[in-house]
Amino acid sequence: MTAAPPIIELCHVDKYFGPFQALTDINFAVRQGERVVVCGPSGSGKSTMIRCINRLEEHDAGTITVDGILLGDDTKDIRAVRQDVGMVFQQFNLFPHLTVLENLTIGPIRVRKMDKAAAEALGRKYLDRVHIPEQADKFPSQLSGGQQQRVAIARSLCMEPKIMLFDEPTSALDPEMISEVLEAMVELANSGMTMVCVTHEMGFARRVADKMVFMEAGRIVETAPPGEFFTAPKSDRARMFLDQILEH
Amino acid sequence: MRRTKRRSLHWLDYLIAAVVVAFIAVIWLRISGTLNYKWQWERIPNYILRWDEADGRWVANLLLQGLITTIRIAIYSGILALILGTLLGIARTSTNLVIRMLARTYLEVLRNIPPVVVVFIFFFFLSQQLIAVLNMETWARGIARQDDIAVWEFFFGDMRRFPSLISGVIVLALFESAFVGEIVRAGIQSIPRGQREAARSIGMSWTDEMRFIVMPQALRKVLPPLSNQFISLVKDSSIISLISVQELTYKTVELVASTRMIFEAWIATACLYFILCFGLSLLFRRLETGGKHKPR
Repeated sequence: MTAAPPIIELCHVDKYFGPFQALTDINFAVRQGERVVVCGPSGSGKSTMIRCINRLEEHDAGTITVDGILLGDDTKDIRAVRQDVGMVFQQFNLFPHLTVLENLTIGPIRVRKMDKAAAEALGRKYLDRVHIPEQADKFPSQLSGGQQQRVAIARSLCMEPKIMLFDEPTSALDPEMISEVLEAMVELANSGMTMVCVTHEMGFARRVADKMVFMEAGRIVETAPPGEFFTAPKSDRARMFLDQILEH
Repeated sequence: MRRTKRRSLHWLDYLIAAVVVAFIAVIWLRISGTLNYKWQWERIPNYILRWDEADGRWVANLLLQGLITTIRIAIYSGILALILGTLLGIARTSTNLVIRMLARTYLEVLRNIPPVVVVFIFFFFLSQQLIAVLNMETWARGIARQDDIAVWEFFFGDMRRFPSLISGVIVLALFESAFVGEIVRAGIQSIPRGQREAARSIGMSWTDEMRFIVMPQALRKVLPPLSNQFISLVKDSSIISLISVQELTYKTVELVASTRMIFEAWIATACLYFILCFGLSLLFRRLETGGKHKPR
């Protein structure tokens, strides 16, 4: 492995929701081009952790560095990080009052100050990438869940981010739509994007992950390459989790 | 089980109608026996539109003048109230405690004082000083003396009355903005958190997030209560007759004082308000159902 400095680094991160400690002493690093899959039982702090990376949640202790920027209270820094870190949500969160193409271009136009024509060309390019170029002028509510999530992926890509975060991108989808979204994610992974995915899709993890992170009760219990993680997990907790999730 | 609405009349309906008519007739007879009043309905139309012998054209008389002023005031204070109310609504949802408390105080003060009292306080303590400070009186008189004032008059009526119109507009807007603010706040809070997170996650600033993501959705959602509030504003505008803004109610008081046609004048005014407000509510209802085609 090369000694490139990590593009994301979390050191001793703690996070509280009121009296409840959601994250305890999280140490976690992602190198450029690395694909990390975070798994674990619900409530284990997976989402909270990746939401801290683009500061949708504020951490209470420790340091988070993204692409050389230390996350603090400086709004300029936070916005700079967010422009380079795309995020795909469980609930898609497309803007319902805008067409698909407008959903894709609003970021480049308003944040990157790109002109409209260039932004639209960019939007169509990424819509093509996720295989739904024909949906550009529809509204999100006219699309299926799988299509909406692919638009959401394209929306993030339009900002040409260095890192993509996925927060359970397939959990709100009907089963027959999961594969089309996973396919788009695999293609993205193959293009060399740095990715952190919270997901229960272990098939996807096996195919693309460079590193598996297993969390429980707000702690990282195990970090291992997927081959090792799936065949011989070190911790009992991870073994139990895998037994439950893989028995079908 | 849901009961379907009947479209034709039953014999019972006629009976109910007959009872109501009979009841009114009895009351009417009893009153007219004691009331010594000479009805002069034929004079009312003249107070709406009057034939000007000298100019040889129809001109607006007291009631129509008043109605036009009411419409002007409603439009201007409606716009102002929408702007103030939007700011207030945003302030109410702010993460900053001081801003939130200021907005809450403004709201609670205006909401817990009767409108008439608000009008007087504002007029004597604020509006008159403001108009003096800004030298608005002289400015307006200056304009009134110019030759080409058609545009000014179209928008503001008699320019000598401009300061009073402006205080009326401001006081009404301040009062209504409290309610508009609550409506806007509800609208903002109805927007799912995910929308704002998505906006932030692509690096939008707070201003862009509000302007392009939250407010367009929030305002579309609260359009029905906002249009209701606008109709309330039209009705509430009668209160500012108390500070001598010459709108419909003020003009009616004048008319009654000079002609003693108490009943006719007030009933005519009531009809004018009704036509205006009911017309607006029909219009808004049509706009609402018309806008349903757009997916939300």
